Order: sequence, then C-alpha cells, then structure tokens
Amino acid sequence: MGGSDVSATLFALLYYVATLLLVVGVAMKLRRYAKAPAPLKIPTMPAPRTMKGVYFRLLRETVLFESLFKSNKWIWLFGYLFHLGMLVVVLRHFRYVTYDIWWWLELIQPFGIYASYLMIIGLIGLLVRRFTVERVRYISSPSDYLMLVLLIAIAGTGMAMTFVQPVDIIAVKGFFLGLLRFQINPLPNSPMLLVHLALVAGLMIIFPISKLMHGPGLFFSPTRNQIDNSREKRHLAPWAKKLEE
Amino acid sequence: MASLDMNAEGGPKFVGDPLAIPKIKCDSMEDLESYMAHPKHNTDLGFPGELIDNWKEVAIAKIGELAENNRAFQVYLDTCVKCGACTDKCHYFLGTGDPKNMPVARQDLLRSVYRRYYTFAGKNFPWLVGARDLTREVLDEWYNYYHQCSQCRRCSVFCPYGIDTAEISMAAREIMNTIGMGQKYCNEIIAKAKTVGNNLGLNPKALRATLEDLEEDLEEETGLSVRIPLDEKGADILLITPSADFFAEPHIDGLLGYAKVFHEAGVSWTVSSYASEAANFGMFIGSYENMRTLCLRIRQAAEDLGVKRIVFGECGHAWRVAYSFMNTLAGPFDFLDQDYPIPQHIMEFTHDMILKGELNFDKSKNDHFRLTYHDSCNVARGAGMGGYEGGQFDLPREVIKACCNNYFEMDRDTTHESTFCCGGGGGLLTDELMDLRIKGASPRMTAMQQVTEDHGVTHLVAICAICKTQFSKVMPEYGYERESILSVHQLVANALILTGQTIDEDTAPEGDGVATEVNS
Ligand code: HEM
Ligand code: SF4
Ligand code: SF4
Repeated sequence: MGGSDVSATLFALLYYVATLLLVVGVAMKLRRYAKAPAPLKIPTMPAPRTMKGVYFRLLRETVLFESLFKSNKWIWLFGYLFHLGMLVVVLRHFRYVTYDIWWWLELIQPFGIYASYLMIIGLIGLLVRRFTVERVRYISSPSDYLMLVLLIAIAGTGMAMTFVQPVDIIAVKGFFLGLLRFQINPLPNSPMLLVHLALVAGLMIIFPISKLMHGPGLFFSPTRNQIDNSREKRHLAPWAKKLEE
Repeated sequence: MASLDMNAEGGPKFVGDPLAIPKIKCDSMEDLESYMAHPKHNTDLGFPGELIDNWKEVAIAKIGELAENNRAFQVYLDTCVKCGACTDKCHYFLGTGDPKNMPVARQDLLRSVYRRYYTFAGKNFPWLVGARDLTREVLDEWYNYYHQCSQCRRCSVFCPYGIDTAEISMAAREIMNTIGMGQKYCNEIIAKAKTVGNNLGLNPKALRATLEDLEEDLEEETGLSVRIPLDEKGADILLITPSADFFAEPHIDGLLGYAKVFHEAGVSWTVSSYASEAANFGMFIGSYENMRTLCLRIRQAAEDLGVKRIVFGECGHAWRVAYSFMNTLAGPFDFLDQDYPIPQHIMEFTHDMILKGELNFDKSKNDHFRLTYHDSCNVARGAGMGGYEGGQFDLPREVIKACCNNYFEMDRDTTHESTFCCGGGGGLLTDELMDLRIKGASPRMTAMQQVTEDHGVTHLVAICAICKTQFSKVMPEYGYERESILSVHQLVANALILTGQTIDEDTAPEGDGVATEVNS
C-alpha cells in the first residue's frame, strides 16, 4: 500500500496546484483582457446593429465555428469533431466529482465512447494537416505539435482504460470526491491512470499561459463582440478621454 | 473600352481561379522595401526623426504599452491557435507566394517578439513557442512585411476569433514610428494633410481655380449653372472628399456626379479649403493622435462654415474613419442636424434621392459599358451604409443598377465581405512597391477576367480613391486599358438628366488621360 499512498498524496498535491494555477491564471488573463480598453470601434463588418445580434454572433462562433466554416471546411471538420468530442468527454468526467449523477450526465453517458472517437479522429486529422499542409507546417512551432500530441495522449490513455486496461472507477471517484473535502483517499495504482491524470494536470497548468486561452479570448475579440453603432454612439477609451482635456 | 486578348465567344476558358493557392516561395518578397521617411516628416508627426539609439528598449516597452491600451492587440497576440485558416486569405500571399505574407505569419513577426519579452513560455523556452529576440534583422523584416499589408481585414473575416492582422500591422507601424522608422509615403502625406489640408498639397487658390474650371465644364455640358462651391459659409452640406477627386481621372467624373446630384436635390453645399481631404492616413500608421488631428480639421471646417450636415465622397478608408471612428475621435457633433446620419455617405444621399424618385436617369447613356462592381475593403469590412447590416453592399449596387443596363457580379467568394483588396491600400500606393501592387491585384483581376470571359464585362466600378488610382495603374498589366476603372458617381453623372438640361447627342464624358498619379 505504501507506494500507492505516496502516489495518492503526490497526485492530490498536483491537482490542488494545477487547479489553483488554472483558476488564478485564467482569472488574471481575463482581468487583463477586460481592463485593456478597445479605443475604436472595429467590428468586422457587416456587424450586428444590436447587442442581441452581437450575442447571437458570438454564439454562432462558439457553437458552430461559423467563421472557420466559411474559411476552411477541413479544419472546420476536424476542429469541430475534436471540440465536440472533447466537450462531451469533459462533461462526462463530472461524474467523478459529483455525489449524485445529474440527469443530463445520465443522458450523455452512452455517447461517451463515440465522443472519444470523434475527439481522437479530429485531433489526428489536425495533426496530419499540420505535418502535411505546407502552409500550416510553415506557421507551426514545436508547441503547436506538442499541444495536439498532449491531447491525443490524454484521450488515448483515457480510452485505453475503457478498452484495454480497466481501472477501478469507483476508487477514482472516491479519490476526487475526497479532494473536494480536503481528504486524501486511495488512488488505484494503475500506470495508465496515473499517466492520464498527470497529463491532464499538465494541460490545466499550461492552459492560461498558452494559446488555449483562445476559448475565453474569443469573447473579448473586438472584431466579434462590438456593435455597429459608431455613428450613433461615441466610444471613448479612458486614455483617449485625456487627449480631450 | 477593354481589349482583353481572349476568346469571348464560348471558347475554352483561359482564366484562372482567383482563389488559387500558390506554392510557397520563401522570402521571395524579402527585398521589397518602401522608402523610409525623411526625418522632417517623422518629426512633423511627433515622432523621432531617425532611428533612435535605444530603439530596442523603446520598441519593447511600446509593445507592452499597446497591449495595455488596446484590447485587440493584446487578445490577438495571445489567442491565435495557428490553425492555418487564414493562410490562403491574403491577396499578397496569393499573388506573391511569400509565406510571410500569410496573415498569421505576418502577425508572428511581431508575436514572436511579444512572446520573448512578455510571456512565461517565451521567456523560458523560446525555441518551444517560436519566440525570438528583437534584433536589427527582425526590425527590418517588420519594416518590409508590415508595409506589404494593405490592412484590408480580409483575414479577419475568416479567422475563427476574428484576429485582425490590420490591427497588428497598424500597431507594428506605430511601434516603428515611435523609434524613428517611419515610411516616406504615409508620413509625408500626413504632414501635408496636417498643414495644407489635403494629401496633394493643393493650396486654396489652386483648388478654387480647379473647381471653377469644372463648373465651366458642367455648364457647357448641361447648359445649367451647376455649382461646385468652395468655402461658402452657411451652406447646408459640407462635402469632404478625397483630394484626388479634384484632378485625377476617373475621380473627377465622380465629383461631377456629386455636383449634379446636389444640384438636382436643390441643396446648398460647399467644399472646404481648410479640410479639403477625406483620406486619413493616420489610420494606416496606427496613430490615434494623428488620425484625431485630421478629423478635428473636418470638425473645425464644419463649425467655421456653419454647415448642418457632413457628406463624404467616394473614398474607402476615409469612409471607415468617418463612419467608424470620427464620432469617437472628434465628436460629439451635436451642432449638426441630428435628423441626418453624421456623417453621411454620398451614396446614401444619392440612394435616398433615387428612392424618392427625384433623379431622372437615361440608362442608355451608360450602354457602352459592361460593368462589374469592386467592393472596396474598407467600405465592405470597415464601415456600414444605409443604417442597416450589409447596406454597404446594397446601396452602391442599387445606385449602379438605377443608372446602368449592363451589370454583372463577380465570383461571390471575391465580393461583399470576402472582397479582395485592389492591392494598393493601407499606405502602399507608392511606386517603389509597384511589384507588390501588381501581384497583390491578381486575385481581383482574375475574378474580373472571369466575368469578362463569361459576360464580356469591360469596366470595373469602385467607390474608393485608392482603388481607382491603383486599378488605373495595374489594369494594363492584366490586359485592360487604364481607363477601365470608373467611379460610381461618374455613371450617375452620365445618366442623370437634370431638370431643364439641354440634351445634345452625346453627353457622356469619357476619360481623357488626365494625370492619375495621385496620393489619396
Ligand atoms: C469556448 C470554447 C472554445 C472554442 C469556441 C474553441 C474554438 C476553437 C477553434 C475555432 C479552433 C480552430 C480550429 C481547430 O483547429 O480546431 C480551436 C483550436 C484548438 N482548440 Fe479550441 N475552442 C474552445 C475551447 C478549447 C479548449 C477548452 C481546449 C483544450 C483544452 C481547446 C483546444 C484547442 C486546441 C489544442 C486547438 C488547436 C488545434 C490545432 O492545433 O490545429 N479548445 N479551438
Ligand atoms: S485563422 Fe486566426 S487563429 Fe487561425 S492561424 Fe489565422 S490568425 Fe491564427
Ligand atoms: S489585412 Fe489584408 S493585407 Fe493584411 S494580412 Fe490580412 S488579408 Fe493580408
């Protein structure tokens, strides 16, 4: 039992630290985005003339990846499969941190496996594009490949636990519920699980300091979140106001 | 008339695909450098005359300052996922194949430096995230490639987060100006507009003489006293139009069109010699202050002349500044008549008149043209018209169709919000960049060649002074005559029959080779 106690403690620490870095990191980034003023109206026109229209535009960008669809069907397809798959997979993981399983968790439960297929297919498609399309290869840094590899590894180890090397899911749930009340419960000593959990913690840590901020960033993008009403309404940044004094 | 060397009678298609993606040709445009500004022009704009000694520190600090003062800059530097969706959207990449002209790669020239000095990963693991030190080579690369971006915003339409490379390139130019590395073409022009009142440096006397000549031409043509008033206090409308409208073809014919429409509408109007320029190159160099100074001149002129309305002539980026920024920069315009849009576009004015049925057209006067319309990027993606979403696409087309019979659309992937830049916008309309301008025009020209082949289109119509000048220069490279570019209000002028006008056989004025060498 000694080894698994040590790993349980280590992973408990790792997850506290990762959660803290994720939450604080994202909050700091969002505060920075929110604080920086947009000095001029620059929505990509034609743009909505009402706030409702703007919300609808952002909704379409988030839910449908509308601009990407106009832009490139292959990236859209792979990107969409990946994100949709990931969304369902992430939602499904809520069952590890809630006592009672919410009704919608039950609802998506059967789709979990398909979702992981979609996620993997999408990720591999994106990775292949990155290697094979000359233009995309040109703009890629090592981190861009590694990010995809990381996500594939996370999804891969997760699927391996479903299909190849099952782990004691009840115990995993016990471990995470324990963390919520600052208790360290035993963690099954499965290499696959430990690798999976370590990679996920890694993803949480790099989230706020990497391009993964694109999700929240979208909502701060002035070309997408501004109303077309500049003739009717002045739009003065605080630093610009000083020029008028 | 266009004289395109190709089979117009159903022969095999020779025309390419305007969206065709070229093979990558690394660094093929590396040596194309626009002239640097004279120290005097930099200092006129409030920048150091020459590259300062501690340029590196100042540039790095400026990046941080911009990130704090401009949300777009900050968010766009952070959020690009390098998905590659924008890589084939820039006309300069399509035309040159130089990968640094792919929007994301253009952003990366600056992003790599931002990452090196402002992000955890870039500070500690530069090789991992493509971060690099700011060196003289990097600075030169900035100078060249940020002056190969016309700030047309086509990339921002297609980016999933709306990342607008124009914002990055404006910021980059501002950083370069801050350390004394301005571009001659832009800075010289801004200096002129700030002192003389227009980009051409045309003084009030010369302007008056020009306008009087034009009035005579109008009187000769119509038999009526159609006026182009200058500095007339108490006029209702102040017309702000690109100075190219005062003397270059086909711009002038557009000005005659405005004059006829105003005449027919029976409104009193005037041009101002103090603010005789719609263009605002302050936008191209990303300088809020310079843009504001130029807008304040317009406000000043409106106040001094006591007008009730401001109407803008045909100019793309000027309309973006006017529509999207002017209220913020120089408003509130509470001294103007609030019943009209402030400012109003001449297209809105003419369109209104057409809707009210007050303009009488003889469409056949334009029958010798077979036309297509070029959506200018700053009107299409940077401004609006008509007070509703997408009005900037409908109004010009409706006006054209009201006064012409032969109108055809180009490929939808190259018009409306997806329009291709003419290749000369954003402060690149200068001779030393001609190679880039010709190559950058190729997607638009290819789309036009398609409609020439399919429908025998002969002429291109636009509502931007830069587009007009650029096309009259580059169209010959694509098998068209330089007179194949027209103003929308030129078509209006041709077809409009004024009340009480004497009609002779052929009144359609055509291009007669007046200088097109203009700066606006
Ligand atoms: C509101 C939430 C989000 C939206 C709207 C969004 C949207 C997008 C879009 C449009 C792309 C570009 C196309 C593509 O390559 O798929 C993208 C890429 C990417 N997203 Fe997201 N995303 C969101 C959340 C996330 C989250 C939470 C993660 C990871 C934990 C993530 C990871 C990625 C990665 C790694 C890429 C790059 C794919 C590549 O390398 O080609 N996204 N995202
Ligand atoms: S489309 Fe947007 S996110 Fe994708 S590479 Fe281009 S700038 Fe980056
Ligand atoms: S703004 Fe226009 S010119 Fe500049 S990178 Fe984007 S598409 Fe190219």
